[in-house]
Amino acid sequence: MNPRLLPYLLILPVTLFLGVFFIYPFVLVSQQAFSTGGGFTLDNFRDVVSYWKFPISFKNTMLLAAIVVPLQLVLSLLMATMVSKMEKGRDLVLYVWTIPLGISDLAAGIIWLAIFEQSGFLNSMMSGLGLIDQPVNFLSYQNPLIIFVAIALAEIWRATAIMLVILVAGIGLIPKEYYEAAEVFGASPWKRFTKITLPMLRPSLQTALVLRVVLAFEVFAVVAALGGTLFPVLMGEIYSYQFDLMNNNAAAALALIVLAISIFFTLIILRVLRVPKGATI
Amino acid sequence: MNDVAAAPEPVRSTRKTGRFVYIASVGLLCAWVLVPLYFLLINTLSSPETVNSFPKPFIPEFDMGSMSFFAGYGGMLSALKNSIVVAVMTMILSISIGAPAGYALSRFDFRGKELFRMLILLTRAFPLPLLALPLAVLFIRTGLDDTAFGLALVHTTLAIPFAVLITFSLFSGIPIELEEAAWTLGCTRLTAFTKVVLPLILPGITASAIFAFVISWNEVFAAAVLTIENRTLTAFLLVKLSEAPLHLKFAGGFILVVPALVFIFAVRKYLFAMWGIANR
Repeated sequence: MNPRLLPYLLILPVTLFLGVFFIYPFVLVSQQAFSTGGGFTLDNFRDVVSYWKFPISFKNTMLLAAIVVPLQLVLSLLMATMVSKMEKGRDLVLYVWTIPLGISDLAAGIIWLAIFEQSGFLNSMMSGLGLIDQPVNFLSYQNPLIIFVAIALAEIWRATAIMLVILVAGIGLIPKEYYEAAEVFGASPWKRFTKITLPMLRPSLQTALVLRVVLAFEVFAVVAALGGTLFPVLMGEIYSYQFDLMNNNAAAALALIVLAISIFFTLIILRVLRVPKGATI
Repeated sequence: MNDVAAAPEPVRSTRKTGRFVYIASVGLLCAWVLVPLYFLLINTLSSPETVNSFPKPFIPEFDMGSMSFFAGYGGMLSALKNSIVVAVMTMILSISIGAPAGYALSRFDFRGKELFRMLILLTRAFPLPLLALPLAVLFIRTGLDDTAFGLALVHTTLAIPFAVLITFSLFSGIPIELEEAAWTLGCTRLTAFTKVVLPLILPGITASAIFAFVISWNEVFAAAVLTIENRTLTAFLLVKLSEAPLHLKFAGGFILVVPALVFIFAVRKYLFAMWGIANR
C-alpha cells in the first residue's frame, strides 16, 4: 500500500463520522429552523423570540454565565497557582479538586438540592445554630434570588475543575527559567503572576474560557434539578419546545440562536486572548 | 548587631502567616468540593423517613432503605442498564474510530493535517447536545429512534474529539525510534504497532476509554431528547424530577456520582497530559 495514503486512511473514520453526525445534523437543524413545512421562512425565529418566555430565559442564561464564568476563572487561576508551588500532597489535592470534572450536571444539581431543599442541610445547619425556628423553603417562587444563588453555586462547584485542569496543564508548560530570572531581578510573586504566568498562559486561558462559556450557555440539568420551571433557561426552553409543545421547527430555531451566541462569544474570546505572532513557547 | 538579629523576626512571622493562610485555603477548597458530596452520601445512606425529615443528621445512619427503594422503583434498573449499555458502546466506538486518527496526527505530516485538527477542535466550540434535535427526526426515519445504539452515536460525537486528542498525546509520548527498531528487526508496520506500541499505550487507552464512558454516562440533554421508552439513568431521573420523592433523587444522584469518583482516580495520571496537549 502507498505509505502516503496511510494517514488519510487513518483519519477517514473520524472524518466520515463527524461528517455524518456533526456537520450533517447542523445542516438539518438549519433546514428545520428556516422552514415551516413550506419554503424558506423566518417565522420560526419570529415565533421563538416573541414568545413571552424568551426574554426571561435569555436573560437568565446570560446573567448566569456572566456571574459564574468570571468567578470560575478567578477561582481556577487561584487553585492552579496554589497547586503549582505545592510540594507535599499535590496529587491528593489535585485528585480532590478535579472530582467534579467527572460529575454529571444533573448529579451536581441533585447534590445542591440536598443542601438547599426545605428539609435540607442548609436549613438543618441554620436551625442548629438557632438562626431559624422553621425550615425555610429556599427554592420557591418567593425567593428568586436564592434560586439563582443555588444554581450559580452548583455551577461553580461542578465546572471549575475543567478550567483548573486546563490551566494546571498550561502552567506546567511555562519554562521554569522565566520565574528564576524574574526572582533574580527581584520581582514579587504578584509581579511574577501578572508578568509571566498570565501572558504565557494565554493559549490555555483561551481553551478554558471557550469550553467553559459554551458549556455555560448549555446549562440545563442543574437548573432543572434546582429551579425547575421557576428559572427558565434557553436549553430548557428548547427541550420544552421539542417535547411539551411538539414544535421541532421552533426548537431548531432556538437551537440555532444558542449556537449563534456560542460562536459569537467563542470568536470574542479568541480575539481578545489571541496569541501574538512569534510569541509561543 | 541588635538590628541584624531583630530584622528577620517580622519577616519570619509574615512567612508563617502566609504559610498558614495558604494551607487553610487549600483545606477550605478541598472541603468546598467534598462537603456537598458528603451530604449526598448521608442522604443516600439514610432511610426514606430520615431523608424527608427535619432537621437532618450530619452523620449517615447506614440504612439501605433509600437504596432499596431506588432499586425497586419501576423502570430504574432498566434505565441503569441502558446507561451502562450506551456508555460501553460509546467507549468502544470513540476509541476504535478516534485512536487511528490520533496515531496519524502523531506520526505523519500530511496535507490537510491542520484542517483536520481544526475540525476536531471546532467540535468543542459547539453546543453538541443540540445535535440531538435533528438526529431525533433522522433516527425515526432510519429506525434508530429510542435505541441505545442511536444515542451512543450522538455520545460518540461528544467523546471523539477527546479520544483523538488524548490518543494523539499518548502516541506522541512513544518515541518513533522504538517502532523503527521493530521494523529493522523484521516487523511490518502493523506487527510493530501491535507488539511494541500497543502494550505501551494500553493503560493510556484504557484511561481515555473510561473518559468516553463517563462523558456518555453523564450526558443529560441528548439522552432525554433521543430516548422515550429506553431511557438512560440521567434521562429517567430528569423526567422524574418533578414527581419523584427526595430519597429517590438522592439515591439516583449518588449512583450517578460513583463512576465519576472511580474515573477521576483511574485517569488522574493522564488528566493533565491530555489537556496540556489539547492547548496547542
